[in-house]
Amino acid sequence: MTLVEVLFVLLGAMALGSAVLVAVSNNLVHCALWLVVTLGALAGCYLLLAAEFLAWVQVLIYLGAVVVLLLFALMLTRAPTGTVADLTSSNRILAALTAAAAAGVLIVSFAAGFGGTRIQIDSGDIGNAEALGSTLFGSWVLGFEVLSVLLLAALIGAIVLSRRQERD
Amino acid sequence: MPLLFPLVLSALLFAIGTYVVMARRHAVLVLMGVELMLNAVNLNLVAFDAWSHDPLDSGQVLALFVIAIAAAEIGLGLAIVLLVFRTHQHIDVDALRELADRDAASTP
Repeated sequence: MTLVEVLFVLLGAMALGSAVLVAVSNNLVHCALWLVVTLGALAGCYLLLAAEFLAWVQVLIYLGAVVVLLLFALMLTRAPTGTVADLTSSNRILAALTAAAAAGVLIVSFAAGFGGTRIQIDSGDIGNAEALGSTLFGSWVLGFEVLSVLLLAALIGAIVLSRRQERD
Repeated sequence: MPLLFPLVLSALLFAIGTYVVMARRHAVLVLMGVELMLNAVNLNLVAFDAWSHDPLDSGQVLALFVIAIAAAEIGLGLAIVLLVFRTHQHIDVDALRELADRDAASTP
């Protein structure tokens, strides 16, 4: 195994372990903090797959914004900061079976389709800000603009939903 | 690196995300599960982008789009969660069953 593969396996194990802790932990704040570890390890995986710009976007948006939003939501809904006994519903067995079945089907089909293929990363593939920016504003500019309208709509929707209704 | 490494990692992360969405009772935890699933999809996109040497960087650009949509989704989702908390004083998704089918809801 090369150094990149060893690093990828280590980061993947880190992401998986903390994702499992998100799934089983009985403390809401710990769940959010384990989610930080998962998303950070995934940013490392992106770096190893030559997606440099995407890794920093992941750190900025997910680790910076999304997790802070989740923690704010926990705070605003007065979530208990200690251990809560009943965070998992009674159909956990069914949920675990469904998740295991989904993982099984996905892994078997991936192994059947891409069993022996390898990723060859050369220096032309590195997705830094320059490379990604020129394709984003060249070939993908329509999607980019549509996405900006969608973000605006979501922003207005969030404001309308969270505004207190003034009734007299 | 074998293409299977990121693919298996993303499949397992997706499965954990589905489990979190289905089994957890707190609405904010359900949103965390959705984030896990979206990140698994992103990892798949990046892996196939690195594998296919796409000159347009399709996978990475689509992953960026997914991140932006996830940001929109989390903003709207948290606004809905806060609204539910304001009207019900709790956000236990198992207990929110006003919209459930009455016949199905009355049977345990």
